[in-house]
Amino acid sequence: MATQEQRTSIVWDYAPAPESPDHVRLRDSYGLFIDGDFRDPGDGTRVQSINPATEEVVAEVAFAGPGDVRRAVEAARAAQPGWAALSGLERGKYLFRVARLIQERARELAVVESMDGGKPIRESRDVDVPLAAAHFFHYAGWADKLSYGMGGRAVEPLGVAGQIVPWNFPLLMAAWKLAPALACGNTAVLKPAETTPVTALLLAEILQEAELPPGVVQIVPGDGAAGATLVREPDIDKVAFTGSTSVGKNIQAALAGRGIPLTLELGGKSANIVFEDAALDQAVEGIVNGIFFNQGHVCCAGSRLLIQESVAETVVSKLWDRMGRLRVGDPLDKNTDVGAINSREQLERITALVASGEEEGAVRRTVVCDLPDRGYWFAPTLFTGVAPAHRIAAEEIFGPVVSVLTFRTQAEAIEKANSTPYGLAAGIWTDKGSKAFEVAAALQAGVVWQNTYNKFDPSAAFGGYKESGFGREGGMSGLRPYLRHDVSDPGVTL
Amino acid sequence: MIRRLPHVDRVGIEERAATLGKRSIKTTAKQQGIRLAVSMVDLTTLEGSDTPGKVRHLCAKAVCPAPSMPEIPSVAAVCVYPSLVAVTREALEGTGVKTASVATAFPSGQASLDVKLRDTEEAVAAGADEIDMVISREAFLTGDDARVMEEIVRVKDVCGDAHLKVILETSELGSYDHVRHASMLAMEAGADFIKTSTGKTGTGATPGVVLVMLEAIRDYVDRTGRVVGMKAAGGVSVSKAALHMLVLVKETLGDEWLTNERFRIGASSLLNDLLMQYQKTETGRYARPEDFSKE
Repeated sequence: MATQEQRTSIVWDYAPAPESPDHVRLRDSYGLFIDGDFRDPGDGTRVQSINPATEEVVAEVAFAGPGDVRRAVEAARAAQPGWAALSGLERGKYLFRVARLIQERARELAVVESMDGGKPIRESRDVDVPLAAAHFFHYAGWADKLSYGMGGRAVEPLGVAGQIVPWNFPLLMAAWKLAPALACGNTAVLKPAETTPVTALLLAEILQEAELPPGVVQIVPGDGAAGATLVREPDIDKVAFTGSTSVGKNIQAALAGRGIPLTLELGGKSANIVFEDAALDQAVEGIVNGIFFNQGHVCCAGSRLLIQESVAETVVSKLWDRMGRLRVGDPLDKNTDVGAINSREQLERITALVASGEEEGAVRRTVVCDLPDRGYWFAPTLFTGVAPAHRIAAEEIFGPVVSVLTFRTQAEAIEKANSTPYGLAAGIWTDKGSKAFEVAAALQAGVVWQNTYNKFDPSAAFGGYKESGFGREGGMSGLRPYLRHDVSDPGVTL
Repeated sequence: MIRRLPHVDRVGIEERAATLGKRSIKTTAKQQGIRLAVSMVDLTTLEGSDTPGKVRHLCAKAVCPAPSMPEIPSVAAVCVYPSLVAVTREALEGTGVKTASVATAFPSGQASLDVKLRDTEEAVAAGADEIDMVISREAFLTGDDARVMEEIVRVKDVCGDAHLKVILETSELGSYDHVRHASMLAMEAGADFIKTSTGKTGTGATPGVVLVMLEAIRDYVDRTGRVVGMKAAGGVSVSKAALHMLVLVKETLGDEWLTNERFRIGASSLLNDLLMQYQKTETGRYARPEDFSKE
């Protein structure tokens, strides 16, 4: 018979619950995906893609040289008329097929995304991969309704799109870029990010399996130089870039005078505004989702937390308590909340900015937790006593670091939220509907979430104000950057 | 008492509760979790047809839930109507398992305060260690917070040393804001535990409701330093749901609350599912329901 002591002495913690990578079939080496097949680089190189949680090699990947980029653009150009000549319904069929194949290989894609980028499997499984499939489904449905989506005007594709995606959501960003471009009848050359090219190459396999006509999509991994070459290619008709504001500015300068439509989705320092009448416990959850989702490697991360002074102490104390319960570690463990920092370079950037915060006099609190010996890690960090002039209040940290500022009135909240060169996203936490609408209308941010944060849907437009970029991705407005709608001949293919 | 009552956002609370339901509880964590859950069960029978014989059988089960698996602990308490407290107390003498009794015109609470107090006194006099009272939903829903609290204070007075669990009957309150509000009233009035449901109405301990109450406890304990326990009752009938409750507790109030002094699960059919799932972790095969006695 059990005694009283036995009953009360049961210690309970979660056992490790790693998602097994056994079912993943990665090749040892991936070529450049050009004209429907994987090809050896001509003037490029081969590099190893590293798992940031273990510093082990995930796979060897070909990086494109300038000649390879040229070959890719040529293949896209050659395939474009045929692709555009297909009826929208036919193009939609291919996209539906791609969406379904992503779903079929969802588990594998999620595991590889976590291995290559360091994000928790919970996120790659529940967010990245399902949303990537959802984007293809969404734009598959638009492919035969393009004119309707553009207010009944006659439209035609732009031609060849050069697309550059960042390392924080490698597969999802590839889907955001490719799905609308293809639906509209363009062909594409996509350059995945230097540190996270592998899932885009799995997507290339999926495109093959879907029997997408050769040349419609090229996937050419490479470093910044490859991206710079791509945007300077004379034979492209459209550039879409997601990444840092500094690179975005370079691209815009490179395209100056060329009349090539450009979409830029750049950095952010988004304000997450908590009013005193908010549901505070749920606001704390939203703060956590806003800044610790994907280790803070999110362009719209709620990295500037603005709390009304009357509840600031309460919210910070609840937030700190909640941060202590975050499970940091092995990205492949199903119970991990915060994974590895994407690269050594990014870890150094975060470390430097956090050090500047301390030097400038802000109060730093970092969660104490066991971190693995190998790999790149940064424990969740909170700064209080932050002044708007501090670097950590103004510059994008792109890591699991939140800076807390306070405000007294609604007007002050709006003024502080808008006082930034960026304008990508914002969050508003209040139980009062009228206040939410009033504040949302006054914020210069492309996305405003009310009583939630970091929610994405293929039907919702996403994009920035000011130095966070221009152009919109997602939904009906995501068609516009890939269509010419000033055509005089109404008989063009739709 | 001028204090801002915190709001609860329905979408947010349910999302958080669902996220915590996705924690992967496997192998040793599952075994330990099931043992812990067993130790927190208030094994309950609240039927008009309850007899001393049935209650004695239930007590034997409570003390030693699975004779073939000695590592399974006793449950926390046996919960009965006041008329069966004496026989329960006798059957549990010296085992460490507590005798709990519902009271205060359970489950509706539609009686005068005098009747409720008499009901409680009888249960305490018969030897109940714990009293599960219901709040007056009639008073709460008409906005008479003072009467809700007054009743709890008075019942607490007649409880003496017996622990008082206050049932909010959350499915009748209509919103998470009300659940949170009622939780605060009950704790301010002296509840030792706050409890979701009688088990006699629709839904009971849904993950969202339990999380709201746990957050209310956390705020109250932060402010006052007085420890209050939580009892999830109503609808927790399978192991997965019970483990979900433990995750909610662990990640809201912390490991200190993972003991049957501070967290209980009120249930009648849950115990056998816990035993079956535990045996499965040991043998790799699912047991048949008839492998374990009903009571």
